[in-house]
Amino acid sequence: MADSQKTLADLSEIVVAKVLTVLGDDPVSERLREMGFTPNTTVYFERQAPFGGPIIVSLRNYQLSLRPSEARLIIIEGLSGA
Amino acid sequence: MPEPENALNYALVGSPNSGKTTLFNALTGMRAKTGNYPGVTVDRRAGNLKVGNTDVQITDLPGSYSLQAISEEEHVTSRYLRGELGDDNLDGIVFVADSTSLSRSLPFLLNILNLNIPTILVCTMIDECKARGGDIDFFKLKAELGIPVVGVVGNQGLGVTDLKQFFLEPQKWKTSGVPTFESTEQRFEWADKIFEKVLRHPISESNLTRQIDRVLLHPVLGILVFAVFISVFFQSIFTWAAPAMDLFSVWVSQLANYCSNTLPPGFLTDLLSDGIIQGVGAVLVFVPQIAILFTLIFFFEASGYMARAAFVIDRLMGWAGLEGRCFISLLSSYACAVPGIMATRAIPSPRDRLATILVAPLTTCSARLPVYAVLISAFVPDTAVWGPFTVQGFTLMGLYLLGGFSAILFAAIFKRGLLRGASLPFFLELPPYRFPSFKTITVQVMGRLKVFVRDAGSVILAGSIALWLLLNFPHHQPDSNLSDLQNKQQQIERSYAADLGRSLEPIFSPLGFDWKINIGLIGSFAARELMISTMAQVYAVSEGGDDFNSFAGVLSKEDENGVKPISFAGAMSLLVFFVYAPLCLSTVAVVRRETNSWRWPIFILCYMFILAWVASFITYRLALA
Repeated sequence: MADSQKTLADLSEIVVAKVLTVLGDDPVSERLREMGFTPNTTVYFERQAPFGGPIIVSLRNYQLSLRPSEARLIIIEGLSGA
Repeated sequence: MPEPENALNYALVGSPNSGKTTLFNALTGMRAKTGNYPGVTVDRRAGNLKVGNTDVQITDLPGSYSLQAISEEEHVTSRYLRGELGDDNLDGIVFVADSTSLSRSLPFLLNILNLNIPTILVCTMIDECKARGGDIDFFKLKAELGIPVVGVVGNQGLGVTDLKQFFLEPQKWKTSGVPTFESTEQRFEWADKIFEKVLRHPISESNLTRQIDRVLLHPVLGILVFAVFISVFFQSIFTWAAPAMDLFSVWVSQLANYCSNTLPPGFLTDLLSDGIIQGVGAVLVFVPQIAILFTLIFFFEASGYMARAAFVIDRLMGWAGLEGRCFISLLSSYACAVPGIMATRAIPSPRDRLATILVAPLTTCSARLPVYAVLISAFVPDTAVWGPFTVQGFTLMGLYLLGGFSAILFAAIFKRGLLRGASLPFFLELPPYRFPSFKTITVQVMGRLKVFVRDAGSVILAGSIALWLLLNFPHHQPDSNLSDLQNKQQQIERSYAADLGRSLEPIFSPLGFDWKINIGLIGSFAARELMISTMAQVYAVSEGGDDFNSFAGVLSKEDENGVKPISFAGAMSLLVFFVYAPLCLSTVAVVRRETNSWRWPIFILCYMFILAWVASFITYRLALA
C-alpha cells in the first residue's frame, strides 16, 4: 500500500475524512459499502476503545463501531488535520 | 398460523433499530403470534388487524441492512421477499426507515423497489428528527420515489391510523421510476441525489447521545459503568425480586393445602397437591424474577446501551475469538440458553456462531436460579454488606460470573482449536439513546414469560408427575406400628427413584452427593427447574415436613444430632456442579435444531459433564479441608 494512502484505521489523527473507496469485492467489503461507505461520504471519528479495540465513526447521521481490521479496508482522504 | 381467508399480506422490512418492532406492536397490539418459517429456525412473528372490513396480516421480518444477506436472519428476510420462503402471497412491503438516518436507508429501499412488489415507505421517529433540527420534505420524497410515504411516531401511535388506511389499496403503491443499478455505489449515488433534494434542513447529531456517551464510553468510566450495570443486573434479579417471590410461594402452599384438605383423601389428591401443585408451583415462583431479568435485557437493548456494552466488551470478546455481538447472545443466555442460542442467528460468522452456541449453556440461565436461590438461602448468611447489597447477593453474583468467565474461556479454547479460522467482520450500529417504549417492552416480556410458563406447564408438569410416580412406587404398604412420618420415609427409601439415585452413587459420591441429590439431578436433566421441585418432594417428605413453606428452611434445619440434610461442602459442590451442569433437554433440542446435527449437542453434553464433575470434585475437597 502506498505511503500516502490512508485508511479509516488512521482516522483518529484526522477526525474528518472523505471516503475514496472500499478495497475488495468479498462480502465483507460489499457490506461496508452497504453500510454507507461509498465515495465522497463524509466520515467523522468519534472514539476508540482502549487497547486497540474497535473504533466508532459517524457517517450518514448514524454511528457505527468497527474493528481496525475492517477499518483498514476503507481508503479515505483527510479533510482536516492530515 | 390461523389467518382469515383473503387477508392482505404485508411484510415489515427495515434495518435493526429502525423502530420496526415498535411499529409492529402499534399496528397489531398484543395479538402477535410466533411461529416458524418452513425449513429454517428463525422465528416468524405475524399479527392480524382489521381495517374497516378488510383483514390484514403483517409479518415482521428480521432486521436487515441489505438484501445481500450475511447472517441467517438476513437470509430469511431476503429469501422471504424473493418468495422462496413460505406460501404467503405478498401483497406489499412496508419499508420502515428511521427518519434520522434516512440517508443510509434510502439505498436499501431502492434495492427493495427493484423487486417490483408494491411498497410503502414508513419514516419512523419523526419527532426525534424534528427535535434534532431535521426537516424532510415527505411530499417531494413521495414524488421522487413514486410510492406513498407516511411519517409515524410508533411509540405514541402517531400516523398509525393514516398508515392503516393505505393498507386498503396496495395496488396504488406504485414502484415504477426506479432503474436497476449495476453496483452498490451507483445505487447510493442515486439515493444521495434524492436525499439532497428532499432534505430541507440537515439533522444534527443527538446532543443527548453525545453527552451520555462521553461518560458511558469513556475508557475508564465506561468500564466502571459496565461493572455497575452487571452488578445491578444480578442484584436486582436476586435481592430485589425476593418480596414478590415470597408472596408467590405462600400462595402456592396455600393452594396445595386447600386441595389436600378439601378433596377426598387418596392417591389422586396426593398426586395433585404433592406432585403437581408443588412441582409446578415451585417453578412458577420464579416468574417475578424472570420477568425482571427480561425487562432489564429488553430495556437496555431498546435504550441503546446494549450496543455500547458490546463495544466496551468487544476487546475481551476479541481475545476469546468472538465479537461484541456474541456478548448479547451470551447475556440473553443468562435468562435462558434457548433464546440465547436462537439469538446467535444475528452473528454473521458461522464459526463465531457455533462457538457461541457451544458455550451459551455455561452462562447461568434463570432455571439454575431456583437451585442457587434455595442453596444460598440455606447455607450463606444473609448479612448486609452495604445498603441493599448482601453476602447472598454477592455469592450469587460470583456464581454468575464463574459461569460467564467459563463461557469466555471455553470460547477462546474452542476458537483456538476446534473452530480455528479467519474471523468475519465486526460492525455494530450504535443507535441514539432513546427512552424505551413501555408497551413494546411489556409485549416482549410477556412473550418470554408465556414461553416459560408453557414449559412449566408441559415439560415440568410431565416431569413432576413422572418423578412423583417414581417416588411413590412400588407402593409400600403402611405399617400400622409405624408413624405416618416413618411410613413416608420407608416409602421413599424403597421407591424406584431411590434405586435409581443409589445406582448413580458410584459416579456422584466423590462429589459429596447422596442418592437424594442424585434424584434431583435426574430431574434437572429434564429441566433444571425440576431439581428443586424434585428435591422438595424428596426432602419435604423424608424430613417429615408437611408444608412446603420454605424448602430452604428444611435444608438448613439441623436434626437432633446437629447435622443438616446437606453438608456445607456438599452444598458448595452442588452449587459449582450446577454452574457447569450438563444442559437440559430443551437446550439439547435447540442446539440440535440450530446446528442441524446430533454431533454438537452430544459434544456439549460430554464436555460439560466432565467439566462439572471435575470442578465439583475440587470444590468438595477444598470445602472439606
